[in-house]
Amino acid sequence: MTLERDFDQRLLEKGISRRDFMKYCGFLTATMGLASSFVPRVAEVFAAPKQRPPVIWLHFAECTGCSEAVLRSMYPWIDELVLEVLSIEYHETIMAAAGHQAEDNLRMATKKYEGEFICVVEGAISTKDNGVYGKIGGRTFLEIADDVCRKAKAVIALGTCAAYGGVQAAKPNPGGYKGVGDALGISVVNIPGCPPNPINLVGTIANYLLLGKLPAVDDIGRPLFAYGTSIHDQCPRRSHYEHDEFVEEFGSEEAKQGFCLYKMGCKGPDTYNNCPIAKFNDGTSWPVEAGHPCIGCSEPDFWDKMSPFFEASE
Amino acid sequence: MGKRITIDPITRIEGHLRIEVEVSGGKVVNAWSSGQMFRGLEIILQGRDPRDAPLFTQRSCGVCTYTHYLASIRAVENAVGVQIPDNARIIRNLLHGAQFQHDHIVHFYHLHALDWVDVVSALKADPKKTSALADQVSEAPWGGTAYFTQVQQRIKTFVDSGQLGPFANAYWGHPAYKLPPEGNLMAAAHYLEALRLQAKTARMHAVFGAKNPHLQTLVVGGVTCAKDLTPDRIGEFLFLWKETQDFVRKVYLPDILAVASFYKDWGGIGGTTNFLAWGDLPLSANEPESLFLPRGIIMNRDLKGVKMAEESKVTEHVAHSWYEGKADLHPHEGETKPRHGDYDTAGRYSWLKAPRYEGQSCEVGPLARVLVAYARGKKEIRKVVNDTISKLGIPVTALFSTLGRTAARALETVVIGDAMEGWIMELVGNLKKGKGDTYAPWTMPKSGMGVGLNDVARGSLGHWIQIEDKKIKNYQYVVPSTWNLGPRCANGKLGPVEESLIGTPVADPKRPLEILRTVHSFDPCIACAVHVIDPDSNQVYKVKVL
Repeated sequence: MTLERDFDQRLLEKGISRRDFMKYCGFLTATMGLASSFVPRVAEVFAAPKQRPPVIWLHFAECTGCSEAVLRSMYPWIDELVLEVLSIEYHETIMAAAGHQAEDNLRMATKKYEGEFICVVEGAISTKDNGVYGKIGGRTFLEIADDVCRKAKAVIALGTCAAYGGVQAAKPNPGGYKGVGDALGISVVNIPGCPPNPINLVGTIANYLLLGKLPAVDDIGRPLFAYGTSIHDQCPRRSHYEHDEFVEEFGSEEAKQGFCLYKMGCKGPDTYNNCPIAKFNDGTSWPVEAGHPCIGCSEPDFWDKMSPFFEASE
Repeated sequence: MGKRITIDPITRIEGHLRIEVEVSGGKVVNAWSSGQMFRGLEIILQGRDPRDAPLFTQRSCGVCTYTHYLASIRAVENAVGVQIPDNARIIRNLLHGAQFQHDHIVHFYHLHALDWVDVVSALKADPKKTSALADQVSEAPWGGTAYFTQVQQRIKTFVDSGQLGPFANAYWGHPAYKLPPEGNLMAAAHYLEALRLQAKTARMHAVFGAKNPHLQTLVVGGVTCAKDLTPDRIGEFLFLWKETQDFVRKVYLPDILAVASFYKDWGGIGGTTNFLAWGDLPLSANEPESLFLPRGIIMNRDLKGVKMAEESKVTEHVAHSWYEGKADLHPHEGETKPRHGDYDTAGRYSWLKAPRYEGQSCEVGPLARVLVAYARGKKEIRKVVNDTISKLGIPVTALFSTLGRTAARALETVVIGDAMEGWIMELVGNLKKGKGDTYAPWTMPKSGMGVGLNDVARGSLGHWIQIEDKKIKNYQYVVPSTWNLGPRCANGKLGPVEESLIGTPVADPKRPLEILRTVHSFDPCIACAVHVIDPDSNQVYKVKVL
């Protein structure tokens, strides 16, 4: 009860009504595929935990787009995630410390929270020539991952690069890049997408905090709550597909009408993700809504398998 | 020989960067900048459909997300010879304007501010005095004693938890921090406000571009968001623009001025010599004449001698990079024969090449753009620059510095942001007249060459493509962070960041805060800067553009 009152008080201080907050928790609970009876417990996860769960966030061969996507999180706001929900022990893009002080933080956190911390990995790992193509503080990505990931309680591979190798692993894969699970031969939860929707990371972490375990995944490590259904089956333009109403040129009348983009190369039928439902940037839009074909960015090897992107798949 | 200090990793940037300096008598006497990763995107592009290049190159960077996407689309359009409709040009400029706003706000508050602001000192602040200070320096929509008490409490709760997370082990309490506790508390509050604001600012990209990062709305020939050119969508964009630009005018710029007033000595530290801008934001099909941010080159800080910049005068050096060869070549004909070796500051020490203009290193980015626009007499820029230097009571020459670079970033955000409103109205005007075109049809030529010259948040960016048999034969890009953070050239001349660090005071070599100030002021982006590699074949890559 005290927790509940603190929690309301904190919401109030932030100018967030309890009603709005519970609405969000309802949405998140639904996204996670849990029964509505879980809503209050989801809310509790984002109230004041006694000890914030430690997170070590590693950056390898990537573009920081996945971190940027998480920075756009509005529910909870990113400052709440950083200050009040999680304890981000190491994250190169946001941390104040630099150089050997930064490396000390990584070393100390890995030691102090061994077997307890969540490791979020962003980016692929070079495996060719002993991984010489990427280094931080003099150590290769491969050495760092091998050291840190194995000490984590759980490893979350965030984004298609960390999950499956991503753009640098596209043919001919000059640096021998692989996803973290592959590179280390360990079991991880993959949250692919280029970038992934931050709600799918938040949902995975909430699942972990709430139920003490990671969510159920498909055969390529993706949480079923987010990646269980194809884009095509959730697409608001699906009826146009059924009625043979297709866009055949960008900028055409059909494009302005919002017809199906299948003939423009849309990869929605072969892509599993919740984009049409969750949308991006506070539910503002998603590629098909902006008139652009889906490029299949949450599928393994999509840079090779789904391209050329503007040709209809067979 | 002085003491060598290495900072690796440089945090609060995109990518993996190592900076090494030699300190003697409390000052930097030598410096080396080293890119520590490559990914090979140019090689991966070979043989692919040219229409796909923008989606690939966009993944160079999720921070600069829109910029490579745009540069690449322009290069392909140049190669296939299509002229995009006016609405497509306007929407692209609006998305680019939003990118400038977003990038610069995040850079200052979340990547750079902690070099100037001591968050821990904010705990000692008097909230009432902070409120008075805030009222005096800004017109921020939030403030008052209760507000600052609450922010301070939030920081205290965080610190007391013992879990300092991203704020652990930083240079707190360093003697180079000069803000009073109240200034630190105000800035910390604005750090948190900006964290929320940027998420809204990024929504502008989603309105016409599906999502941020990695927008999905550009295609060769125009934009795909034909269905989104509705009053409610445009209104949504306008509202988000207004909220952002209010922040820029009422919080970001005043904060820069307030912080700068405590760090005026940084108006004499961290400067470079030459400045290059390709320019951007075309106001008509006529380029480079119509570019809102003008093109130009300034040598030896001679503003009066500003000239039109010509890409034919650019060469890239590899003598100190992990590539074979020593010749300096035009990027069109550049060779890339990667050869990883040991890190050796006397020899080769970076994955970045060293671009030069007429053999000289050039700074690119907000300061270069502001100086070129100022020198060319662009009135919006002259006004904000003159207002700023008179408010701070510093001479124009103080712009050639870390302080000037940081201020220039805010000043151009004000000017670009202000212009965006006019562009929105121009779009509305076109739609009122029934001009709704967003795409121009085109056909892929059997072969072709194209270039896209751009100026993006971090500086001058060029993409070059060569098409053969309707496929990409070769692809090259020379990006801002390669200009700024590249190593020495064949003649041993330092790159801009290396040059800028010489003379920097270092109070405590174990905690080189001052180095971070100047390095961060360039807004480094290393994933962008290093992208060419094929370690096995040692192939020679050439792109020629007519």
